[in-house]
Amino acid sequence: MTQEYIATIGLETHIQLNTNTKAFCSCKADSWGDAPNTNICPICTGQPGALPSTNQAMVEKALMLCLAMNSDINMDSFFDRKNYLYADLPGGYQVTQNDRSIGRGGYFDFLMDDGREVRCHIHNLHMEEDAGKTKNEGNIRLIDMNRCGVPLVEMVTMPDLHSADEAATYLTRLRQLLRWLGISEANMEKAHLRCDANVSIAPKGSTELGKKCEIKNINSIEAVRMAINYEIERQIREINAGNKIEQWTIEWDNDTQELRKMRSKETAADYRYFREPNLMPVHISEEFLESIKNKMPELPIQRRERFISEMGLPSYDATVLTADRDTSDFFEAVCNIYDGDNKRVSNWMMNEVLRITNETGCAVSELKITAQDLADIIHMVDQKTINTTTGKNLVDMVQSSGKRPQLLVEEHGLGLVSDDSAIRAMCTKIVSDNPKEAASYRNGKESLIGWFVGQVMREMRGKADPEKAKAILLELLKAD
Amino acid sequence: MTELIELSAVEQAALIREKKISSVELLEATLAQVEKVDGRSGSLEPYVEQPEDLEKVHAFLLIVRDHAMAKAKEVDRKIAAGEPVGALAGVPYSAKDVYCTKGIRTTAASRILEGWKPPYSSTVIEKMDQADAVLFGKVNLDEFTFGGTTETTAFKPTVRNPWALDRVPGGSSGGSAAAVSACEGAISLGTDTGGSIREPAAFTGIVGLKPTYGRVSRYGVIPFASSMDTMGPLTRTVSDSAFVLKEIAGFDPRDNTTVRVPVDDYLADLQKGIKGLRIGISPDYLKITYLDDQGNYASAPVDPEIEASVWKAADLFRDLGAEIIEDVPMSNTKYSVPAYFVISRIEAYSNLQRFDGLKYGHTTQQSVKDMYDLYYKSRGEGFGYQAKLRLLTGMFASQEKFYEKYYRRAQRARALMRRDFDEAFNPQGKYRIDAILTPSTPSPAFRFGDAVASDSLLIQFADQFTTPMNFAGTPGISFPCGLSSSGLPIGLQITGYDYCESKILRAAFAYEQATLDADWRKIKPVVLR
Repeated sequence: MTQEYIATIGLETHIQLNTNTKAFCSCKADSWGDAPNTNICPICTGQPGALPSTNQAMVEKALMLCLAMNSDINMDSFFDRKNYLYADLPGGYQVTQNDRSIGRGGYFDFLMDDGREVRCHIHNLHMEEDAGKTKNEGNIRLIDMNRCGVPLVEMVTMPDLHSADEAATYLTRLRQLLRWLGISEANMEKAHLRCDANVSIAPKGSTELGKKCEIKNINSIEAVRMAINYEIERQIREINAGNKIEQWTIEWDNDTQELRKMRSKETAADYRYFREPNLMPVHISEEFLESIKNKMPELPIQRRERFISEMGLPSYDATVLTADRDTSDFFEAVCNIYDGDNKRVSNWMMNEVLRITNETGCAVSELKITAQDLADIIHMVDQKTINTTTGKNLVDMVQSSGKRPQLLVEEHGLGLVSDDSAIRAMCTKIVSDNPKEAASYRNGKESLIGWFVGQVMREMRGKADPEKAKAILLELLKAD
Repeated sequence: MTELIELSAVEQAALIREKKISSVELLEATLAQVEKVDGRSGSLEPYVEQPEDLEKVHAFLLIVRDHAMAKAKEVDRKIAAGEPVGALAGVPYSAKDVYCTKGIRTTAASRILEGWKPPYSSTVIEKMDQADAVLFGKVNLDEFTFGGTTETTAFKPTVRNPWALDRVPGGSSGGSAAAVSACEGAISLGTDTGGSIREPAAFTGIVGLKPTYGRVSRYGVIPFASSMDTMGPLTRTVSDSAFVLKEIAGFDPRDNTTVRVPVDDYLADLQKGIKGLRIGISPDYLKITYLDDQGNYASAPVDPEIEASVWKAADLFRDLGAEIIEDVPMSNTKYSVPAYFVISRIEAYSNLQRFDGLKYGHTTQQSVKDMYDLYYKSRGEGFGYQAKLRLLTGMFASQEKFYEKYYRRAQRARALMRRDFDEAFNPQGKYRIDAILTPSTPSPAFRFGDAVASDSLLIQFADQFTTPMNFAGTPGISFPCGLSSSGLPIGLQITGYDYCESKILRAAFAYEQATLDADWRKIKPVVLR
């Protein structure tokens, strides 16, 4: 009988905070697309005598994450120096938080796609500065210091995850949350969100954890899924072959999509941590904490729950409409204005608004169509001022022109024609222009009625009330 | 009239403001004095001692004549035009070569910074510029301020004591002390991490003020041990130190450890006198405490002439209306030297890591295998013996496995020393003192080479009375109180509580005014005779 194994996974994530300026100087923090070494100053390039100053925005955003993770807040936390020598670390040490970090413990609840809720405990959260970027070109090592001093939060989970799928979903939900809180762009491809995974396996039922291997440099959620699965498979293969798991550090090679051993057993680096004497302790006053708490938005998992329980949405709709905060806020705004069936609004959101964002790639907040516009369009359809098809087209027209829907209906004469004589005239024309089809109908092919209605609608550019057109056509076709 | 160069900064500033002399005139006189007494500047070239080197002070590493002349002319123009000028308008000053000066070579007296011109100026230099003082030169120091004699500089010849040319000027602000003592400018900016302003001031018979940690911005000053580094003036008179402190003190958003405590009018406050001031004397500052071969604490007396001058000064203070409180315990002073060794070296090691030969300064010309080989060779060539020693001992002591044994214990000792101050100065406590009177150093200036060659306790523990204030963060001022039987200056230290610079300046000023006519004040340093 084959032994069953259970995998245990812990994740270390580095989250780049989206502050305007760097952690300890006033250089621009986000250098995406900028030429190397353009957002630098004496402080972040480690010039002799330059001193760091703590960016309050970093503390504020880190604090929001602590609150979202239900962590204990250290009202006085400290910055420490992590000493090591490397060309992309201009000070010779990284300013980080070692033993008294801003957040301790906590947990993150998230939903798997099948609706199962997973709780992942957090070990700690700390603030630190990023190092620069190193690029090797042949024998030449190029250093870009733009990234030096960019604020990060490092968040380390407990070993609470048990599959690649859980790890990938954790990251997806974390990314959603970070954007929701507005504290990070959380784009893995741009390294705003980076992940190392510690993976071990143990026989099912065993209480002891196996020896763990650390996978570094995983740069997309899909890669996280693949890398962890490969590693679990490798460890099972080793054990089944009678080998022991050694404590390796493994690198994910994104080009070849495979794992590569970097080094066996972490040679315990001595970083000689000590307090950074240039910075005062990070003190969080009760008032400050209170002000951040008041700023905290309803979190996605809570809002999803409310969409189901209070707004009557199906679970699927609630998930889609809480994928990001803009969409979610937009949806709620439409519901408030529309003041009717929320599911009806949900359908319009998912079918029309999200179709446009998918097609154009722009965010809900960047759309020209407003919540008021969408509510108005749904109302017009409800009141049969326009038909559903026109309503859907109107969403696109508002989006492309930025004009209000009522105005567009007037300008383009999109209102439904309920004047019998106009419809009757068009029906008569269609029947007489298409004698072959009329004959087929009369010979019993009654399904052709739909085709006749379609012709009338097309000629009248959708303005005809289709019910009326159908009644008149039936009358005309039967009469002859 | 006394020669211009011998005037205090307060007097020089007044003459300029009253248009009795011009700033350019004063600058020329100062540069002429440098020309006369300083000799060749320290350099990185292989050093061959010339006979004339033994007769000169060698305080300066660099004279920035054009830069200074432009500033002096600007000041003269403003005054002629009746435009407002800063308090120090037209007064020439020098700065220890750890103050970054934009576009002006800054060396920290180390080869590792060879050729570096800072892209920015330190806050203190900017403030001096706003006060319209005239920076005319950068002075020598111990490499990265590591030392108490200025002998560890990579730039030779090193600085000589203007009072005795065969003796050290003290350090690490030895260039500053010697320059001011030899009337090469009335003001020099120094730094003090364990006594580096106060000890050389004492050795050269001048005034040196170490402000409270957080009182003066450290931004742009190349650090030694960041938790203890302070910036302050070396001057010939107490008023001049008060004058300068007013201009350089204050909150700086670029230094997180500065505070928003209001800056006093130190100069005006000097006139308030010391009636009722409670001045303490501590037995722990009248002896050297050390560990003997058995690992037990043992003690040795300070130089008897120095102890005598403390008691003599106490009498004088009492006569001036102060209360003298004897036997104030400062029992943790004995930890200052060993704790200083650990903390300062760990911070120094970390602060030296950025000098990698890549970004600025000296890069090896040898061929290198890889990045680490480049570091190894550049740093091997660039750092001097003392810097390497501090790096290695700092790296050793900071190992994670020794964290409890060294760093944590040293931090606890530091907290105990701080407690000594808190208790002695507690206004509701037993002693309720305003200041403590101590010797600045256990002995006067020593001979070249003695700092490493001699096993004299007084030399090895030369900074035992000054480091506690760097640990506690409290201010201290060293001021001259006379000459030893061999004609060497002796300094006394008055130390006060946090941000009480005004009080210690008042005490030192009272002493100075009461001894203006003393015979020893008529004696000049040998280079001025």
